[in-house]
Amino acid sequence: MTTETATSKHVEIPVEEMDEVVIRFAGDSGDGMQLVGTQFTRSSAIFGNDVSTFPDYPAEIRAPAGSVAGVSGFQLTFSSHDVHTHGDSVDALVALNPAALKTGLADVRRGGAVIVNDDAFGKVNLQRAGYTSSPLDDDTVSGYKLYRVPITRLTREALKDTGLGTKQMDRCRNFLALGVIYWLYGRPMEPTLAWITEKFAKSPAVAKANTAVLKAGYYFGETCELFDHRYRVAKAALPPGQYRNVSGNLAAALGLITAAHLAGKELFYGSYPITPASEILHELSRHKNFRVKTFQAEDEIAAMASVIGAAFAGDLAATGTSGPGLALKSEAIGLGMMIELPMVIINVQRGGPSTGLPTKTEQADLLQSLFGRHGECPICVMAASSPSDCFDSVIEACRIAIRYMTPVILLTDGYIANGEEPWRIPAVADLSKIEVHHPDAPNSESGFLPYKRNDDLSRPWALPGTPGLRHRVGGLESEDLTGNVSYDADNHERMIRLRAAKIDNIADAVGDQDVVGPPEGDLLVVGWGGTSGAITSATERARSRGLPVADAIIRHIHPFPKNLGAIFDRYRTILVPELNMGQLRYVLRAEYGIEAVGLNKISGKPFMISEIESKIDEILESGGVQS
Amino acid sequence: MSDPLPGLKAKDYASNQEVRWCPGCGDYSILTQVRKVFAELHLPRQQIVCVSGIGCSSRFPYYLETYGFHGIHGRALPIATGVKVANPELSVWVVTGDGDGLSIGGNHLIHAIRRNLDINILLFNNRIYGLTKGQTSPTSELGKRTKSTPWGSTENPIHPLAIAIGAEATFVARSLDVNTKHLAATLHRAAEHLGSSFIEIYQDCHVFNHGAFSYASDKDQRDDSVIYLEHGRPLIFGKNRDKGIRLNGLNPEVVKLGNGISEDDLLFHDERAREPSLAYLLSRMTVPEFPEPMGVFRCADAPRYETEMQNQMADAVDRMGPGNVQELLSSGGTWVVEAP
Repeated sequence: MTTETATSKHVEIPVEEMDEVVIRFAGDSGDGMQLVGTQFTRSSAIFGNDVSTFPDYPAEIRAPAGSVAGVSGFQLTFSSHDVHTHGDSVDALVALNPAALKTGLADVRRGGAVIVNDDAFGKVNLQRAGYTSSPLDDDTVSGYKLYRVPITRLTREALKDTGLGTKQMDRCRNFLALGVIYWLYGRPMEPTLAWITEKFAKSPAVAKANTAVLKAGYYFGETCELFDHRYRVAKAALPPGQYRNVSGNLAAALGLITAAHLAGKELFYGSYPITPASEILHELSRHKNFRVKTFQAEDEIAAMASVIGAAFAGDLAATGTSGPGLALKSEAIGLGMMIELPMVIINVQRGGPSTGLPTKTEQADLLQSLFGRHGECPICVMAASSPSDCFDSVIEACRIAIRYMTPVILLTDGYIANGEEPWRIPAVADLSKIEVHHPDAPNSESGFLPYKRNDDLSRPWALPGTPGLRHRVGGLESEDLTGNVSYDADNHERMIRLRAAKIDNIADAVGDQDVVGPPEGDLLVVGWGGTSGAITSATERARSRGLPVADAIIRHIHPFPKNLGAIFDRYRTILVPELNMGQLRYVLRAEYGIEAVGLNKISGKPFMISEIESKIDEILESGGVQS
Repeated sequence: MSDPLPGLKAKDYASNQEVRWCPGCGDYSILTQVRKVFAELHLPRQQIVCVSGIGCSSRFPYYLETYGFHGIHGRALPIATGVKVANPELSVWVVTGDGDGLSIGGNHLIHAIRRNLDINILLFNNRIYGLTKGQTSPTSELGKRTKSTPWGSTENPIHPLAIAIGAEATFVARSLDVNTKHLAATLHRAAEHLGSSFIEIYQDCHVFNHGAFSYASDKDQRDDSVIYLEHGRPLIFGKNRDKGIRLNGLNPEVVKLGNGISEDDLLFHDERAREPSLAYLLSRMTVPEFPEPMGVFRCADAPRYETEMQNQMADAVDRMGPGNVQELLSSGGTWVVEAP
């Protein structure tokens, strides 16, 4: 164990260049770890690194103080090159209490830095974390670089003349830790200082305190001689343009507003609060000057039903939910499919089944999305692959929904919904319009036929209020063309086949599946959704080691891109890493008769790159045949 | 092909679909009155959207030459909410039943009413499940023998109006399928009210619960078992209009007029009372102890959901200017990566 304690002498501290650094801030759920994590992310992004984040917090808003269950963590990678995940092993763990050390230490790489709040390792906190003696004084942290920073004492010292009470002072501790880390990694403080000023504009005393503490932390790093190194991560070579950070939920909300703009529609978003999807509702609720109509429904079913009603009356209608909510919505989604109106359902997946792990990530709603309805009810299912991809995916989902007059389920997950990354802001003028056609005259000599289809097999979107196009829709089987209730056997079969054929036609609009890496060979890694980042990184690393590995990230899961089957034929082994028991693998087997190899993890945690890379090595070493 | 206005007759609001309720069903009478009232109100057919859930009553939209939406069980109100919010100009009518509206859709009823959207909710109460062939409903009487309660229902029935009033309804009324004049007048009032209008319509299920409301419809019973509410008027009923409702403390009681009891001693109806206590008290009056009130229990002004939403959007545009998508995307802390 290398232990450093604060002394004061003045020598020049060497700066070590690093390609990529993974930091985790961890503390009690009330300690403001998410906040400092977000600030560090912003500063790093503004500095010019590529960044990927992973906020990880408990389901309880305030679990018992100091307990292991109450640890809230925020991990990020910042890098001088393109990054796709929040990082496997942690280079620096900032632990504000013993419980944070206990939960986080196993993820720190050997020789990595462990920076603790030395003042928080008293008897009570140790007991709460389940330690019988201080881990700082025994072998627990041997093999790591331990830095004992008296964070509480330094915070109080910095604020001693402010007149704030001890409790108020201690609430600023997170900024002290942030200040130290800013110094250690040579980050600019300015973005955070500006943020503090803006955020606490109404409470100047709080703004002043946080500012003082942040600086105190930074200067402590500079003067205390605790650290024998500073680290520098050079700017990444990102494509030029204007950037901001986005989480997947933010990107989804912005995507909906943009899609409404591109379609020339007002946006209706009916939703019921559910972790981890609620931020989409929160974000959209702010933008009333875009004429965004947000409706917080009384339950998930009402949310879905309201979306159907709004679509009928002509808004671009969408909802967001998570697994349990999608289950409740399933009957209404069936209605949406049956009456053939455009709507988008964003399912931010979390650990299931039942209430499961609400704040953790998982990909186990794929089969529910594909099949979780009664009757023959195919639904278009898409998956977004990264936080910023949620923006593009949502727009595409809206485009498909409108063109094919059908519900579209867009799968995201807790990992990409909460995780952030820099996003190159698109020029809205460069985005193609979403074509919308509302008829204003009857489409046949016998009057208006609501189920007369176009070449895509889509029916017209005639809006209430339009003279001459009065019609009735409903969940009873509709007669072809007229939409009148029909119990006719042949008609039912025809309508089921027409609706299914229409959904299959969506494949015309989704383009070809891309493959990265060798176009044929031993191994293709296939992924979808939030695991895409880890898969991309793992295959990139494998290829950089000279291994013949390709990867394909599938965005369109129903219908699949038309060329997908032909791609599978070109590889000896297909590996499908998923955060479930093998749901895509199951679908691929059913659809293409292929026996893919699964790499499955159901721990509520995202993949580590190394887990996928090891599996790639294992497959290639064993000659490529595995099950 | 715009609709000629005025001049539309009730029959112009009839679709070309064959009406398929059982012979003798109370729904026929209600359908006739609704079409008539649409014509009387000169409602343009393309502006009307009739939304329903599932049940016998919920076939209603198919029989109207308007826009129509036959939804899924219990969910007519949230569908209607989406319709009204998306286009507040539409005249939205929701048809539901005691099973659809009070059992599977009970939660939506409460919330639609409390939001006070400007929609009209017609709840056909026949105190039985008709479409599923005769099970107990949330409004079936205690002890009622049905297919699902052969030993008699052991559940207390819901008073639909009490639920509506408890949900802060701004318009609450009751009428009877066969009292066509009263039903038409009540529908008129509902249509004119700005806000959620809730009408409970007693409706006879000819097949599974025939005669459930004979006390209210039979010539020789109705005068003593029904009391018609009139705003500002005392509560008087009886064949000879010689009986009334008086308040004894917080409890209503039936009194006979004369012998020192005059009309002035009776309870006077006030549909615009600030508090809904009177309406609630009236909603609790049931036969045989009391005559059951018919008419408008409550009619109050309150902000409407869709209007408030429009106001908030207009305010936001006033204060922040109309939304600019490019500016929105480029907000929230941006930086520029220069070309190398």
